[in-house]
Amino acid sequence: MSASLATVAYIGAIILFILSLGGLSSPESSRRGNLYGMIGMTIAVLATVFGPRVTMAGIPWIIGAMVVGGSIGLYAARKVQMTQMPELVALMHSLVGLAACLVGFANYIDPMAALNLSSAEKAIHEIEVYVGILIGAVTFSGSLIAFGKLSGKIGGKPLLLPGRHFLNLIGLLVVIAFGYQFLHAETISAGMIALVVMTVIALLFGIHMVMAIGGADMPVVVSMLNSYSGWAAAATGFMLNNDLLIVTGALVGSSGAILSYIMCRAMNRNFISVIAGGFGGGAPAKKSGGDAQPEGEVVAINAAETAELLREAKNVIIVPGYGMAVAQAQHTVYEITKLLREKGVDVRFGIHPVAGRMPGHMNVLLAEARVPYDIVMEMDELNGDFPDTDVAIVIGANDIVNPAAQEDPTSPIAGMPVLEVWKAKTSIMMKRSMATGYAGVDNPLFYKENNRMLFGDAKKMLDEVLAALKS
Amino acid sequence: MRIGIPAETSAGEKRVATVPDVVEKLIKLGFAVSVQSGAGDVANFSDDTYRAAGATVVEGAAKLWAESDIVFKVSVPTQEEVGLMREGGHLVGFIWPAQNPELMQQLAAKKATVLAIDCLPRILSRAQKMDALSSQAGVAGYRAVIEAANVFGRFFNGQITAAGKVPPAKVFIAGAGVAGLAAIGTAAGLGAIVRANDTRAEVADQVKSLGGEFVKVEYEEEGGGGGGYAKVMSEGFQQAQREMYAKQAKEVDIIITTALIPGKPAPRLITAEMVMSMKPGSVIVDMAAERGGNCELTEPGQAVVKHGVTIVGYTDLNSRLAKQSSALYATNLFRLTEELCKTKDGIINVNMEDDAIRGLTVIKDGVVTWPAPAPKLPAVPAKPAATKAIAAPAHGHGGSAPASAGKTAAIFGVAALLFLLVGAYAPAEFLGHFTVFVLACFVGYMVVWNVTPALHTPLMSVTNAISSIIAIGALVQIAPPMAPGLSRPDEWIRGLAVAGIALTAVNMFGGFAVTRRMLSMFRK
Repeated sequence: MSASLATVAYIGAIILFILSLGGLSSPESSRRGNLYGMIGMTIAVLATVFGPRVTMAGIPWIIGAMVVGGSIGLYAARKVQMTQMPELVALMHSLVGLAACLVGFANYIDPMAALNLSSAEKAIHEIEVYVGILIGAVTFSGSLIAFGKLSGKIGGKPLLLPGRHFLNLIGLLVVIAFGYQFLHAETISAGMIALVVMTVIALLFGIHMVMAIGGADMPVVVSMLNSYSGWAAAATGFMLNNDLLIVTGALVGSSGAILSYIMCRAMNRNFISVIAGGFGGGAPAKKSGGDAQPEGEVVAINAAETAELLREAKNVIIVPGYGMAVAQAQHTVYEITKLLREKGVDVRFGIHPVAGRMPGHMNVLLAEARVPYDIVMEMDELNGDFPDTDVAIVIGANDIVNPAAQEDPTSPIAGMPVLEVWKAKTSIMMKRSMATGYAGVDNPLFYKENNRMLFGDAKKMLDEVLAALKS
Repeated sequence: MRIGIPAETSAGEKRVATVPDVVEKLIKLGFAVSVQSGAGDVANFSDDTYRAAGATVVEGAAKLWAESDIVFKVSVPTQEEVGLMREGGHLVGFIWPAQNPELMQQLAAKKATVLAIDCLPRILSRAQKMDALSSQAGVAGYRAVIEAANVFGRFFNGQITAAGKVPPAKVFIAGAGVAGLAAIGTAAGLGAIVRANDTRAEVADQVKSLGGEFVKVEYEEEGGGGGGYAKVMSEGFQQAQREMYAKQAKEVDIIITTALIPGKPAPRLITAEMVMSMKPGSVIVDMAAERGGNCELTEPGQAVVKHGVTIVGYTDLNSRLAKQSSALYATNLFRLTEELCKTKDGIINVNMEDDAIRGLTVIKDGVVTWPAPAPKLPAVPAKPAATKAIAAPAHGHGGSAPASAGKTAAIFGVAALLFLLVGAYAPAEFLGHFTVFVLACFVGYMVVWNVTPALHTPLMSVTNAISSIIAIGALVQIAPPMAPGLSRPDEWIRGLAVAGIALTAVNMFGGFAVTRRMLSMFRK
């Protein structure tokens, strides 16, 4: 295959990738979108393998590596539980990051890469290598830590080293200093020292950055790392003078960046402050003034009474949160939904953008439980409907339904958009205890006159509610 | 405690303060119930049905009043009734303390505790179930339409029959309170074209929801006076309102007026001239007749024909639907009793700490406690302006409102500087790639904003799969065609490249597969 043919194939792959992302605008078109993505990837790989830059000698190696990696990937994709999606995604980000590092190193020690370059071009090329490995290493270590936090292998609390911003700054200066040295290295082995030092610092930086971020901010972190993996691919593209990589990397990078932005907006938080870390970890967030303890009493309710309320309701809105994912309660939720819908009750789901541990986490769980997606609404779509709602059930969520965000300007979460469940005639809060959410803020909803608390494990309680509804 | 239900004595009053169904519920709360013989006759509840429900039927008002601890009444008690009342007894019913100062004094002299159902603080949402004014107004609104239909010479709904085409009746309803809304619903249900107006602009949606058309007054002023009532409007507004009414009077067949302002005579909405301008055979039902009437020519309590227009001024619309009115009123009083007797042991507790009860209680143990202080409104915290700005953004490109001009200028400035630097120092080949990169960022931005939030997780996994395109980088390193005479650390590079391919292959296959698995779950 000639070079021109390979380039044309790449353009085709680019178009298919764009269509693939575009397809996700609705569930109907998304399946085809995914197919476009696969076709695009196949075209890109085949065009490269049979293109002018790979000789036949490499084919067996390629096939071997592909088979090994591919089977691991397919196995993981088949086995993963939907509640574990955030972990899987984080782990995959780390692989992209690691691959970017490996390709960067390989490229640096390859004398072919810098052949026939003028000095300015060579400098640019080396900067590209350096930056590519830097982003790749941060993505790799950061994603690994995110994976650890999401899977519970590392505690969710932010690790706050003293003078952490200072440490980061020093790291950055060292990276820049070694970058200078790297550019002026005479031989490859001299440059390699600078490159390795930088990689180590980048790895440490990635670890430190994610360790400092609390559990509630994980959606932002996951989407941010998504973005980084894209930029790593783009940097690799610059290094290799490959437009396909640049475009794909830019697509992925901007996608992740937009997701991060959406997540930050949904928490009314600034991107920088999330990355600077330290917010959501049950750290003693400042209590709002002296009257932090909201007045009123908490009214508990049992499963049978919940079922009674649901049976008499005409409109029900269910607000799921991470607690539903932890308890694996989505299937029971659907059973209840089905039962109520058969009885003519209008049941809908209200999804807060940051519910769960990654963007869209709740939607996937509900989809897994076969909840039809047309009754699953975004926050903005149904927030106005709560006054006409008879019962609003909150399952394992807390901060995203906290009225303090609107009512108490001194609250740490003031101004965060929340689902206004307290405007429903009755709200039922399903929780294990009276504990605060990730933001460490007391929730006045518990004390509202029309709120009832259903204490216990979400799955167990919902099973009881289902049994009571059926009887 | 014993609850007593006397027969109503006011002229034309056909309602009764409780009905057999509710008697049972009161007994469940622990009360004994006595009903004066014949109390429910005109509302079609016989003594026997009360007896069957567990009430004691008592002959004569005197005995009933004497033996009852609590008396439930409908209309304002007469002097004689107050005379029969027990010293220190309880009375629940319509009192209208502002209009009946003498009655208040007499009741106070009896050391009575009086709960005036008309003084219920209606803004408390908890009070709705006890709101007898609303329940009675709803019945009256319904009946007003029926009265209008009775004297109107045509169908309400439009029909096309073999005998010709019948246009639908046009009904205009002034005031969209409880009575007005009930009238709108009823008239629309009969098939008429319904228009309605209210000084409170917020009721427009309610009017529409019942099938009416909201007619606006072309004048900017908000007419909510608190507690769901209207207030007196400015002269300019009234002028505009009159013009609108005059126009409607010429067009419609039936006008039903329900406008009331608390503590004031009913506003004069329909002048004699407007009546004259109406088509012959038209009907006006003036539901405010008792308070002076919304129409200049209304004669309270009667239906009269003036200038060819029948003007119905009945003040007893509720008694004309006595059974329904009584049933609803009885339920209101039952809900009130529940609030008074939270212990369900048949003993009432007039808890003056309770906003609703405090408002209702006009005399407590002989002490006049009317008017009640305004109930504590649930504090409505001013939302920080920021919240709104955040809650509002539509889903779409960019999402939020355009940034301020200064900010935009700054961003453009920085971008221009960056581009200048790149242009000054970078070699030509890099610029080509740079162009592609910047454009791709924009394409990504545009495409990703259109992704529905429900699919954000699949978006992440598919971008994950796509970012395995980095495999290309490893592929081209594994065994490139060699330039002659170059020594290359083949083993090292191959090792790194093979590892890279394997890693990205995990993503490539795993990412697409898991996306596919997720997407197949999304179903309608």
